[in-house]
Amino acid sequence: MSQSNDTVSKILIVAVTLSIVFSVIVSGAAVTLRPAQERNEALSTRSNMLAAAGIIEADASNDKVAETFDRFEVLLVEMGTGETVTPETAKAKSAESYDQRRASRDPDISRGLQDDPAGINRQATYRKAFVLKENGSVERVVLPIHGYGLWSTMYGFLALEGDANTVAGLRFYEHGETPGLGAKIQSPDWVAKWKGKKIYEPGNWQNPNFRLIKGGVGENTEGREHKVDALSGATLTSRGVESTINFWLGERGYGPFLARVRNGEI
Amino acid sequence: MAELKTKDVLFGPILHNNPIALQILGICSALAVTSSVTVSLVMCASVIAVTCASNFAVSLIRKQIPSSIRIIVQMTIIASLVIVVDQFLKAFAYEISKQLSVFVGLIITNCIILGRAEGFAMQNGPWLSFVDGLGNGLGYSLILIVVATFREVLGAGTWMGYTVLPLASEGGFYVPNGLMLLPPSAFFLIGFFIWAVRIWDPDQIEEEEFEMQPHKVREAF
Repeated sequence: MSQSNDTVSKILIVAVTLSIVFSVIVSGAAVTLRPAQERNEALSTRSNMLAAAGIIEADASNDKVAETFDRFEVLLVEMGTGETVTPETAKAKSAESYDQRRASRDPDISRGLQDDPAGINRQATYRKAFVLKENGSVERVVLPIHGYGLWSTMYGFLALEGDANTVAGLRFYEHGETPGLGAKIQSPDWVAKWKGKKIYEPGNWQNPNFRLIKGGVGENTEGREHKVDALSGATLTSRGVESTINFWLGERGYGPFLARVRNGEI
Repeated sequence: MAELKTKDVLFGPILHNNPIALQILGICSALAVTSSVTVSLVMCASVIAVTCASNFAVSLIRKQIPSSIRIIVQMTIIASLVIVVDQFLKAFAYEISKQLSVFVGLIITNCIILGRAEGFAMQNGPWLSFVDGLGNGLGYSLILIVVATFREVLGAGTWMGYTVLPLASEGGFYVPNGLMLLPPSAFFLIGFFIWAVRIWDPDQIEEEEFEMQPHKVREAF
């Protein structure tokens, strides 16, 4: 290395040239690969949704996912009223491409929550719902839900049977809970306990009181069809899951929409 | 400096001068990503791509780099390459990129890469530097794959997802060792690996820095 490299002008030239060359390389890679990445993300969301609905395995092939997904109808639902709206209302090109995470940051189509049991700060006005129909009657309703656990916001899908009450499946696909404790919200054994539980008590269709309880749900537990075992060692994660379910299926969430499903309006 | 041969530059770092076993560099990622072989393989491929490309790029402009900002220049090159690799993984190996999560990004801090850029590529031509990057990447990969093989087989009873030891919980005979799935087990395995390599090649054993005094019992009053 010669001394001449250490002059101020040479340092500036090298630094500026290098920055320009490598920023072009990095942004070039990001821009050209963006479509492939978006395809992957969409595919991953679809397969998570279908796996939550219990219709296909989580590792099904891409074709299978696409084919099964096509049987679902994607609706945009207004929170609080349960009305379905067009993608234009929600500022989206199509119901599937609607990004509810981004929407929850857009003041026009979201609102801040004062009373916020699920710990989500802002709620998008319109949210997706995936509906599977067989011969005209609703077979499955899959709802995207999210809420704060101990460390992180947990994102998942809750699938209900055609009666809009019985749980068909639950799958959290993104979270940052404690590995080995709270992270068991993803464990198949625990999720299997949810199957067949009822969210609402008959006659009380507005405010579900679903509980995750300590000590396990046995044969004699009172109201056991509205209760699931909490995760041991993960009290706050369990509490987060509980509030998430009750919030999103309550009157400020999908409650009114599910009422319409029950009445056969969807 | 004696003339370096391509062959020595390529194969030297694999066992004789292994970046993990002899230089004890790059341990962080060797602990973190080795719980499954498939994930380790992708990590290895990423590290090889980054070391080769960064060594090559640094070596190409080594005569232009002012020595006062050379580390920043090297880091810029390495960081950019890592971002490109990360974007590629997200586009073409989405599931695995999710499992590797931050560790692809952390290749930037892998000492092997900066070490080779500063220690080798700054003094040697582009071709030799490229080969040196490849050799060191392969040396790193060797350890990762050996460690991952032990961890996956003993910890989960599988190898690249195929069942090797049927688990007791699924009707087989093998009760998995949970420790193997946790990062600390890689410490033990790397330790054993270093031991084995040094038995095979005693030149790698360092001289003791001091000798212990023989133990004497003194009466205390």
